[in-house]
Amino acid sequence: MHFTKDHEWVRLDGDVATVGISKHAADQLGDVVFVETPEAGKTVGKGDSFAVVESVKAASDVYAPVSGEVIEGNVVLATAPETVNADPEGEGWFAKIKVSDAGQIDGLMDRAAYDAFLASL
Amino acid sequence: MTDDTLKTTVLNAAHRALGARMVGFGGYDMPVQYEGVLAEHRWTREHAGLFDVSHMGQCKITGADAIAQFQRFVPGDYQVLKSGRQKYSLLLNEDGGIIDDLMAGKPDHDGLFVVVNAGNKDEDFAFWSEHLSGDAKLTVLDDRALIAIQGPEAAEVMAKHEPVLAEFGFMDCARLMLFGVDCYVSRSGYTGEDGYEISVPAADAERVWNTILEDARVKPIGLGARDSLRLEAGLPLHGHDIDPTTSPVEGALTFALSKSRKEAADFNGAARILKELAEGPSRVRIGLSVKEGAPAREGAEIADLDGNVIGTVTSGGPSPTLGRNIAMGYVPPAHAALGTELKVIVRGKAAAAEVIDMPFVAQRYFRKPKA
Repeated sequence: MHFTKDHEWVRLDGDVATVGISKHAADQLGDVVFVETPEAGKTVGKGDSFAVVESVKAASDVYAPVSGEVIEGNVVLATAPETVNADPEGEGWFAKIKVSDAGQIDGLMDRAAYDAFLASL
Repeated sequence: MTDDTLKTTVLNAAHRALGARMVGFGGYDMPVQYEGVLAEHRWTREHAGLFDVSHMGQCKITGADAIAQFQRFVPGDYQVLKSGRQKYSLLLNEDGGIIDDLMAGKPDHDGLFVVVNAGNKDEDFAFWSEHLSGDAKLTVLDDRALIAIQGPEAAEVMAKHEPVLAEFGFMDCARLMLFGVDCYVSRSGYTGEDGYEISVPAADAERVWNTILEDARVKPIGLGARDSLRLEAGLPLHGHDIDPTTSPVEGALTFALSKSRKEAADFNGAARILKELAEGPSRVRIGLSVKEGAPAREGAEIADLDGNVIGTVTSGGPSPTLGRNIAMGYVPPAHAALGTELKVIVRGKAAAAEVIDMPFVAQRYFRKPKA
């Protein structure tokens, strides 16, 4: 699993990247009450806002950690947004993206680097 | 990390000790949540929540002309207000716009005790300093903290500390010794629940806060839940749902216009307000049930079913009690009737909404049976 400085995570399986927000991000947001995930077929660029997550207080954009084509948005989050709090780095994934270039992930942080980044905040 | 530009309340260390997440609000470093907004919201609706609202402004307006001078700028009748009672009112500019909303009462025999919003207090106090004339004197009580306890168990909790508080009805107020110190207490609040607001000397605030928290029925509640609770109660937040451009008629706050004052038409902005009462305002604050999609928040456009933008959401979000999204906003009166189908535009998407009555969640104030 790799992480961005915007607190998204990516898990690459072949050329399919599952993406979501980190536990740190979910904890910071607090109670998630609404999630808008992208539909299959949508093309996203690395750094684009591709989803929205809302707490009681505010809406936040979620940025794509990789470029590619969305093959699935997590429909569970439409009816059970609290899954993002319960299991942010597992069942609370946002989308699966067919990546255009698996090398994109090289620039991201691994768990140890991300933990060090969080400690520096 | 504390933002150095923010002021702190005397309870700041207590919030941090409780693990609060702090944010800037109204110029103060305040707790937005402790365990979580939803849990705190529900706890307040079911038990009792304790709120630090010391960032709000407290003052006394005293002297022989205090009431007459105060009344020049508010539409409520404070001459007839009985001792031991308080009343919600609006500080108005010359155009009838709402400079601030406030609570003013007669807890003792020395003029009015007034509580105003944190973000407006400097402006309010400056306004009164400039405009109160004759023998009316403003005294800012910046040596006091303000603590609110709200929820269905608030009365039982407080009766344990001072039995006389159980005898208060909604909007009763008094100056009395509580926790061994000189307090102003009113049975009121900003959540739609029964409860009290307690003004306590700053030096004793942390002791009083911790003493009330010792009761297992009481939990500390942050500003996040305070906002969702007041939204459900249909209560406007100044600077968002009402502001110096909105009148009491537009703001759906005509209950704050006393009959005697309307007849006398002797307060700031009376001409506009009476005209709007007679002819109708150009816009009015409404409640909306957002029936699909994302929460509609401040700034979201409101459209009619033909897609014409007719207004704006001024606050909104999920209602934890109702389990759906609610909002307040302004539309022309032609679109304000209960049951009117409208749209709210969130991130470019139109979602179905319906005008519904406020409060969204029934208020549960403690009203004493008439003797």
